[in-house]
Amino acid sequence: MREIPKEKFDPLPERSKDLSGVTGPAAAYRGNTWRRLRQNKMAMLGLYTIILIIILAVWGPVLSPYSYSDQHLDQQGLGPGSEHWFGTDSLGRDLFVRVLYGARISLAVGLAASLINLTVGVLYGSIAGFAGGRVDDVMMRVVDMLYSIPLVLYVILLMVVVGPGLKSIFIALGLVYWLEMARVVRAQILSLKEQEFVIAARALGAGRARILFRHLLPHCMGPIIITVTMNIPLAIFTEAFLSFLGLGVAVPMASWGMLASDALPAVRSHPHMLFFPAMAISITILAFNFLGDGLRDALDPRLPE
Amino acid sequence: MFGYILKRLAISLATIWLVVTITFLLMHAIPGGPLTREKALPPAVLKNIEERYHLNDPLWKQYADYIYNLARGDLGPSLKHQGVTVNKIIAESFPVSAQLGLTALLIILLAGLPAGIISALRQNKWQDRLAMSLAAVGVAVPNFVLATLLIYIVGVKLGWLPTARWLSWQSAIMPSVALAGYYTAYVARLTRSSMLEVLQQDYIRTARAKGLPERVVVYKHALKNALIPIVTYLGPVAAGILTGSFVIEKIFAIPGLGEHFVAGIWNRDYTVILGVTVFYATLLVAINLIVDLLYCFIDPRVRLGK
Repeated sequence: MREIPKEKFDPLPERSKDLSGVTGPAAAYRGNTWRRLRQNKMAMLGLYTIILIIILAVWGPVLSPYSYSDQHLDQQGLGPGSEHWFGTDSLGRDLFVRVLYGARISLAVGLAASLINLTVGVLYGSIAGFAGGRVDDVMMRVVDMLYSIPLVLYVILLMVVVGPGLKSIFIALGLVYWLEMARVVRAQILSLKEQEFVIAARALGAGRARILFRHLLPHCMGPIIITVTMNIPLAIFTEAFLSFLGLGVAVPMASWGMLASDALPAVRSHPHMLFFPAMAISITILAFNFLGDGLRDALDPRLPE
Repeated sequence: MFGYILKRLAISLATIWLVVTITFLLMHAIPGGPLTREKALPPAVLKNIEERYHLNDPLWKQYADYIYNLARGDLGPSLKHQGVTVNKIIAESFPVSAQLGLTALLIILLAGLPAGIISALRQNKWQDRLAMSLAAVGVAVPNFVLATLLIYIVGVKLGWLPTARWLSWQSAIMPSVALAGYYTAYVARLTRSSMLEVLQQDYIRTARAKGLPERVVVYKHALKNALIPIVTYLGPVAAGILTGSFVIEKIFAIPGLGEHFVAGIWNRDYTVILGVTVFYATLLVAINLIVDLLYCFIDPRVRLGK
């Protein structure tokens, strides 16, 4: 048997605990993800659709000869045609411009919700799951409590305290829209942290922050991305839902939920008034979902190519 | 296990108490009350009404009274509808909402789970593509749009089902489907991705290598672990069905609790809002408790009480 020098069994000197060289290059992984994403036709279709919607929402209303609030009472309830692409509503307002304005509101709401998700939700959930014990208990009770009050109630109360409009919707989203992400991430971390690779990492001397950010969170990437992409549509849904109940943005502003709600009484005679806002919501959400699915497949390092 | 359940029960009660307190304070922070009208009431009448409902008591007194009555299960009278208690409103309208919600839940599980499992087992075959295309559309259509589409196509154009009210079992079909649509699609997607992930695990390969029949591998070894994310999702599903009922009940003119809740908000009927919120909170806390217990039960890796 080969002789092993005795000093090989000594603990490592402090400086060799520097772990910077241990991990493989992350850039290759990211490049891989992008390459995989580009191969996914549906995901790219979703991405291009989202870009198109953003362009239309930002510049569309400026280029249109109609304004979202101008009423032409002699042109009520016109069907789609060359004059008004999507027709007009019951007050003679051009539906195309109103749908484009709705896109602005929906996109803003979606953006706000995903930012809250990625910052507050991920951090909160991972800290709770990783810390475990009493900390986890207290943190998750807070989540449960916030969850127990229906979102609609928050918004109504905020409408009164902050004043009606988009601002209250943003604040309400900020208060509530990280809850699901926190739960998802926490549940993932909770079942991941008992696995062998964490023990291995700990045995190699990795600190808590390193285990969390290098080992645990990358494994949660799939669920995190699914949750974000599911939460953008959810936020858009919520805004539409609130506007549909009459609790959203104020008139004469237009949001998709409000347009759909306005169309409801006349759906038998003027189905186009419902059709276009409904199509707009569905296409936008479909696009986000396709992109999310593509990202999920591309990001999961465990999936074979 | 018993100690854990007891601890969770205590925490659930504390949660409900906090919800009551926060809602109570927020309700009273709102300017304008149920007695605010366009034509102001004579001061004497106003004073009598306030006396009658203890509205001029100090806030702590109103709060203490409310908690005391709540502990006895009394949610107080409605401020808007004379002689009607909140208990009565809930007792009359909740069964309707519960029927609607449970039918929706049944649709979600009976359609969503099998669709997800089949898609995962037939990955990239036509069954998978069909189910996932449907699911992709399903999670892209808001429930009120689905509801209006159903009314327009099935109710008006085809005339197969009644478009409103809550009279026969036929009138439950469209609202339940509209309520379930989104979550059925979501559960199908969740089941599929979860199943696919589990089916790649080593222990599945081991199970197959042992020569177990595919049926046992899929339903005994894979499905049990694949169900974990779906069980976690049941809490949000319950909350979603609950809030979804506000819109669906409004569209289909169903006399359920959601309809009363929305009406209570518009009428500034404090006791109704408070009572229904407390009721909803209790319901959701109970559901989450059950989900958590289920979660520990099906995933032994989650250590109890740790």
